[in-house]
Amino acid sequence: MPQVFHRSANLIARVSIIAVVVLIGVLTYALYQIEESAWYTNIGEARPQPVPFSHRHHVGELGIDCRYCHTSVEKSAFAGLPPTETCMSCHSQIWTNAAMLEPVRASYRDNVSISWVRVNALPQFVYFDHSIHVRMGVGCTTCHGPIASMPLTYRYGTLYMSWCLNCHRQPSKFLRPRSEVFDPYYQPPSAVHPVTYREVKYTDQLALGRQLMKDYKVYSLTDCDTCHR
Amino acid sequence: MSSDPNSIHRKAAGPNPADAAPTAPAAPSAAGKDAPREWRSIEEYHNTPEFRAALEGEFSADAQLPDAPGRLTSSAAAQAPKPEAEETWRPRPWEAWLRDADLQQQMRLADSSSALEKAAAPSAAPQDAKDGINRRDLLKLAAVGAATAGLSACTILPTEHIVPYVRQPEEIIPGKPLFYATAMTMQGVATGLLVESHMGRPTKIEGNPEHPGSLGGTDVFLQASVLDLYDPNRSQTVLRDGRISSWQDFVAEMGNQRAALTAKGAGLRILTQTTSSPSFGAQLRKLQTQFPNAKWHQYEPCGLDSAREGSRLAFGRMVNAVYRVDQANVIVSLESDFLVSGPGHVRYTREFASRRSIEGTKQNLNRLYTAESMPTSTGAMADHRLRVRSSEIEGLARQLATAIGIALPGGTGAESANVPEKWVQAVARDLLKNRGASLVIAGEGQPPIVHALAHAMNDALQNVGKTVYYTDPVELSPVNQTESLRELVNDLNAGQVTLLMILGGNPVYDAPVDLGFQAALMKAPVRVHCGLYKDETAEWCNWHIPAAHYLESWGDGRAYDGTIGIQQPLIAPIYGGKTYQEMIATLTGDEELSNHDLVKGYWQAQGPPKGQKFEEFWEVTLYNGVMTNTALPAISVPLSHGFLQQAPTSSPAQGKELELTFRPDPTIFDGRFANNGWLQETSKPITRITWDNAVLMSPATAAEHGLNHRDYVTLRCGGREVSGGVFLAIGHVDHAVTVHLGYGRWRAPGPPHLIIGPGGTKDRQFGFNAYVLRTSTAPWIAGAPVQIENTGKKYEFAAEEHQWLIDNKGVESDDVSVNAFKRDLVQVATLEEFKRDPNFAQVPEAQETKSLSLYPNYQYTGYAWGMAIDLNKCVGCNACVVACTSENNVATVGKDQVDRGRVMHWIRIDTYFHGAVEAPEMYFEPLPCMQCENAPCEYVCPVGATTHSSEGLNDMTYNRCVGTRYCSNNCPYKVRRFNFYLYSDYTTPSLYGVRNPNVTVRSRGVMEKCTYCVQRINAAKIRSAEENRTVRDLEVLTACQQACPAGAIMFGNINDKNAHVTRWKAQSRNYVLLADLNTRPRTTYLARVRNPNPEMAG
Repeated sequence: MPQVFHRSANLIARVSIIAVVVLIGVLTYALYQIEESAWYTNIGEARPQPVPFSHRHHVGELGIDCRYCHTSVEKSAFAGLPPTETCMSCHSQIWTNAAMLEPVRASYRDNVSISWVRVNALPQFVYFDHSIHVRMGVGCTTCHGPIASMPLTYRYGTLYMSWCLNCHRQPSKFLRPRSEVFDPYYQPPSAVHPVTYREVKYTDQLALGRQLMKDYKVYSLTDCDTCHR
Repeated sequence: MSSDPNSIHRKAAGPNPADAAPTAPAAPSAAGKDAPREWRSIEEYHNTPEFRAALEGEFSADAQLPDAPGRLTSSAAAQAPKPEAEETWRPRPWEAWLRDADLQQQMRLADSSSALEKAAAPSAAPQDAKDGINRRDLLKLAAVGAATAGLSACTILPTEHIVPYVRQPEEIIPGKPLFYATAMTMQGVATGLLVESHMGRPTKIEGNPEHPGSLGGTDVFLQASVLDLYDPNRSQTVLRDGRISSWQDFVAEMGNQRAALTAKGAGLRILTQTTSSPSFGAQLRKLQTQFPNAKWHQYEPCGLDSAREGSRLAFGRMVNAVYRVDQANVIVSLESDFLVSGPGHVRYTREFASRRSIEGTKQNLNRLYTAESMPTSTGAMADHRLRVRSSEIEGLARQLATAIGIALPGGTGAESANVPEKWVQAVARDLLKNRGASLVIAGEGQPPIVHALAHAMNDALQNVGKTVYYTDPVELSPVNQTESLRELVNDLNAGQVTLLMILGGNPVYDAPVDLGFQAALMKAPVRVHCGLYKDETAEWCNWHIPAAHYLESWGDGRAYDGTIGIQQPLIAPIYGGKTYQEMIATLTGDEELSNHDLVKGYWQAQGPPKGQKFEEFWEVTLYNGVMTNTALPAISVPLSHGFLQQAPTSSPAQGKELELTFRPDPTIFDGRFANNGWLQETSKPITRITWDNAVLMSPATAAEHGLNHRDYVTLRCGGREVSGGVFLAIGHVDHAVTVHLGYGRWRAPGPPHLIIGPGGTKDRQFGFNAYVLRTSTAPWIAGAPVQIENTGKKYEFAAEEHQWLIDNKGVESDDVSVNAFKRDLVQVATLEEFKRDPNFAQVPEAQETKSLSLYPNYQYTGYAWGMAIDLNKCVGCNACVVACTSENNVATVGKDQVDRGRVMHWIRIDTYFHGAVEAPEMYFEPLPCMQCENAPCEYVCPVGATTHSSEGLNDMTYNRCVGTRYCSNNCPYKVRRFNFYLYSDYTTPSLYGVRNPNVTVRSRGVMEKCTYCVQRINAAKIRSAEENRTVRDLEVLTACQQACPAGAIMFGNINDKNAHVTRWKAQSRNYVLLADLNTRPRTTYLARVRNPNPEMAG
């Protein structure tokens, strides 16, 4: 029986096998990149808001504490968004005629809530609790990023499960002293910026983290029911 | 009911039919020695082919493809025939949505004779093939499924909005629930509640521990009432002659009517339900001073007339009897279901259960004797249950009274074969032995004379002041409501009524049929109805005003002992409903006063207790939900002995004459909850029927009348008739038929969004209207001759009686492992047996299998959550089932799906019978997820959707679940539930409100199960960690535990040696289900210890 395929077919076969492997690799990489990309995760993308509220101005320049507006962050799962009344506590005195603030004044006048666009949204089957994270020494900026330098608020983390687990598996990599939780400019300890905790200077995050885990009774919680119920 | 002296472990070979009961087994196949030791349904007892099919299929229907042959139906006859349209075209499972709704018939009735022919015909096989899925279709589906499954992951989260307050109320912390005290009134008796509110929306009802009528416990109605609040079928607009109108128009009209009322309001009539609200009473008094000739009538179909008339007979005036069940060593219930119905039943269950607790070997068990016709929860708890016809109970009461030394010149009435002299004498001796610590309670279905005799017996036994005391009535104005309604009807017929205002209730549907209420109603020129629904009565009224739900309105009411509870609204009226007080205010000229003004104003006028400022007193009262020290004082009422002279009033049904008794439905009561899906889907105690009422009778009676389980029959009584399905109620007395009221509503649309599966029905209301047979002279026991006629059709019930069967008892097969026969699911002993062997419940296999693992055991070092359920306390009231439904967003699936074994409840109350079919012992076993340490479900999940937590919880991660259902097939306890369809209601906006925001709403294709209320565990863990402490004992209460009126469920950290749950589990009665499987469940049971009278043994 004569050969059905020419010798060159071997090459085609070899190339195809390699091509398929490469293609699968490329596709997988491409999908991964797409999934991680800002286009898909909205990272770094400022969402249009009814009022162009600037964290950079309020937090960075004026130094207002996070908890002035996000009042329930230490008490509840939900950090809380300020009622219009909170905005008006200052803006009834300053910038009273700014056109930019008209939606705020309108809200206060007409008793209609401002509808903010949510920046950090989790799926419905994930139950995240702000209060316990804050209590255990997870800083605001650890998840929300350099909020003090955001003119308009954008998402900092992917909010993927792997992103959560990154810390849940090894909290010592991220914890900071409770006193520093709300500091928007906090830097993890390094040789240049040592962090003082209980009168000990730490230059290594892991050392500090381990100490904090011990003091705050922080455990690596990776049971499904920690977040899903 | 006799107790078997050899029944320790209940491991005897089976009930000996010879010693069971005098009557021979009457059902077709004889119950011989093959009968199982414990059984759950009449089919199981007789080991019918249908039962075996269900058993061999493991999961009656849901483990198979929808509509596949072999699914459990009532009988071959019911399975085979379908209406013609269905046979010519039956949709494939995935085509369910294509189905023409008109093809679905209201009831799957079928002609049994042709059915049998067809079942025997060989054409059955091709029919099945046509219905099934062939290979090509399967591959096509698989391809489409794979493609779409991939696509479904490609969603970008939708843009969400956060809408903060403009001015945030001070106490609200977004994300944290608040609890408010309020009260719900039924039958004029208020029960105090704590209601959970999420951002202003009530989601969950709990009992108020401060309230004497609750002590933290609840019942099914209280638990489910929150669903009614959000019911989209509630009335939403003011209607005038069926057209949309407005409240302003109504107020104006009432102003005109008021002006037009002549002769001091002679034409004005108010019809309400029973009420104990002091502020409402003040309003009515005001109305009566303005219109002295106006009349106030009260009517409730399942009210307490007999009790009221009974007390009048006994004491010459109406009084309220308050029992102290925990003080009684011996309790005799004369057809009283005092553990699950009637005033104070939540409290009574708690008190009863407190006398059923055993700590180690310390015990002080009470003894309960029950005489009843229809098996109830109270009957199931009885140590001696006497099956007796309702009409024979008067005779029994008379004999008992004579036996304890009360002279009855009137005689004891006719002797009855059902009332053995020996039984009466033994009970009497037991009562006499416990003078001052015994209690006789008469049931609402009994005539007044039985209530009076019960009072006389308590008096003779010196129980008054010890186990029972009397107070003034808690109702504003105690009247015989049937007579009150009769008077109203007479006035209507005489044309004396110009304006009738009906506040609540539904008399057109539920008034005694002989009064002809509807015809009389039409003679009033102006008829006003205020109610939650546009119901049967609203239909015939000129004006209909939507009523405010109790969670939307201010009010007050008295508890069973008279304690005043304030009803505080949780939410503004969603549909602009009005309260009954606002309705009366339109007549008294107070229409500008709000509901709040009317209630608070009344109490302000009453003044605060001495030395307190009113505002402070009011705030404290609202906070506690209870006005302190307002319980009615005990009064001394001398027994008037006159009634003892009376001759017996009721003539018991003779011989084999059928007797018809009416009962309020255990789940939808008098029909007012007909639209409540949670209650409709809760299976009724003992029979475990859902969504339906039935013609309930004993197997022997059915056989005598040539009837079978699920025959469709016509019931005739007093020239009226109604048709319904026969359901063989195990433990029902012979020669009697019981029907539950409340079904067959024709103006109740039923719960929204029920899955209509293939072959399902579109209807959301089932059952028949038993009020059609009920007359004012015979409200509970129909005296007229009762005839029953088989129509030859079959009626399909969705009963859970043998769904989720655990064991394979009853299967005669040599190749079944021996272990299967050692499955003692319900461990029971008598008190004497328990004293002899406190370890009777221990299963030796449990110890043996513990050492069988190759691997070292996982060490649970932190919390280790566990549960213990005391079978000695559980009364099978279903409060836990509804509480779980409410807490965990459990979906309602509808009758069709329940019938297919797809009910979604995370906890079920398995009901087991032990002994002969005629008069078995009955046992309840609540069954949540066992949270096995060696969980069989976890090994088989291909995607890791169900995993074990470090605290011993068997986690279920819905978002991972791909719906293979392997876990469910591998669960020996059958606690896993699969969403075959989109059961959760995503389409009815009003129902979003009732959801618990802390629990995921499950979608189609996802497995779910009990989580031990992990959301509550996590909340407590977070709270405790923030306070730098560990979770305290009893800090986490699961929803079932919190709701349980008996306190039969205990939950906690079993690593804590001092925790209640650890102490429970350390008891000798503690045992695990299916210990031989070495699953090591965290849920364990405390065995039941019965306390039969040694004198009556054998």
